[in-house]
Amino acid sequence: MQVKELREELKEKIIEQLNLEELSVSDIKDDDALFGDGLCLDSIDALELIVMLDKDYGIQLTDPKEGQEVFKSITVLADYIAERTNK
Amino acid sequence: MRNCYIHSAVSISAQNTFASEDFLLDVIAHNTKKTQAIYPNFKDFIAPIAARRMQTAVKMGVVTANKALQIAELNQPDAIITGTGMGCITDTEKFLNSIITNNEAYLTPTSFIQSTHNTVCAQIALGLKCNAFNNTYTHGNLSFESTLIDAQLLIQQQEAKHILVGGVDELGTEFVEYVQMMEAKESKGIKVPFSEGATFAVLSSEKKVNAIKLQAITTILEASKEEIILKLEAFLAVNDMDANSIDAIILGNNGDAYDAYYELTATSLFPHAVQIEYKHLIGEFHTASAFAFWLGTKVLQKQHIPKDVLKNSRQNKSIKTVLLYNQFKGKDHSFILLKTC
Repeated sequence: MQVKELREELKEKIIEQLNLEELSVSDIKDDDALFGDGLCLDSIDALELIVMLDKDYGIQLTDPKEGQEVFKSITVLADYIAERTNK
Repeated sequence: MRNCYIHSAVSISAQNTFASEDFLLDVIAHNTKKTQAIYPNFKDFIAPIAARRMQTAVKMGVVTANKALQIAELNQPDAIITGTGMGCITDTEKFLNSIITNNEAYLTPTSFIQSTHNTVCAQIALGLKCNAFNNTYTHGNLSFESTLIDAQLLIQQQEAKHILVGGVDELGTEFVEYVQMMEAKESKGIKVPFSEGATFAVLSSEKKVNAIKLQAITTILEASKEEIILKLEAFLAVNDMDANSIDAIILGNNGDAYDAYYELTATSLFPHAVQIEYKHLIGEFHTASAFAFWLGTKVLQKQHIPKDVLKNSRQNKSIKTVLLYNQFKGKDHSFILLKTC
């Protein structure tokens, strides 16, 4: 899978998993901050994303500091997954 | 002891009771086995970012609670007390099914966090930034009644002046199907649809224009039909009344064999009174009696009984005292006495 396709897939999963009914894939920009001022996700969402990474991509995040970096944006997250899954 | 007055009552039910000002003028006939409540547009009341984790019970609860506070012109209650039979059953089902599907792994937090019974009460408090007394009763079909008893005690003991109370239950998707399958095997099971709803009210120690008095409430876990008659007479006597003092009685008939409790009570003690039933309109659920509380309050305030809830043809000119009687399967009996001020 190309990184571009992975980014779109992640956006779809985030919308579905986090019940962001008001948003569509096109509303989420690749470099938007997922937490804070961007999508305004919170700590519960972070837990949901950690489970999603493990379940859907086989990646276990154990270091909270790593999580802060990985969940910065769709671009960062997609690159992180691509590196570890060769997608 | 201080008296307990009802300053507002708001209900979301399987009828147009929330948005419409009409008092059950155009009722909807429900011929299905289960029926959803008629929801307002939740987006008009709850921000999307807050609503995204809320299932129906939470949304219905938050919206009715806020409207009840608004009508009562109250910003911060001294206590919030909620009753629910099944709590947030949708998220409970989601979480439990997720455990099975994922072989007890990959459990996500949202549905678990939101599945607890006190979620509704907590979300109301969070929205109001209210740190006051916050309690949830999960006592089957006496859940709402338990909130009233707690609230009345808090007011009588002068521990609170204004209390937000409510009863809320949502249909869910799976558990209700199993209950219906069991019910279908009964020779005379429940005939009204299984449903859902939320009713919230503000109770206060302050007398106000058009307020209704919550005179008394009692619950009885189990009793025979004959015992119920005696207990009801005793309940009225404690309140310096007898059966003739009751102008209208609101009964929780749901079409099952246990409606015999209502029939015997109505014919023995209240042949003179207006008899009202409502579950054919809003269905059966653990906190359906909260709707009866809303109905009784409205009947007393408006001095009008909608034709679709009238069980007999009597209609007194003036209705000063209303008795609510509910039970479920011959258990969880409750008497609630409402009066004009």
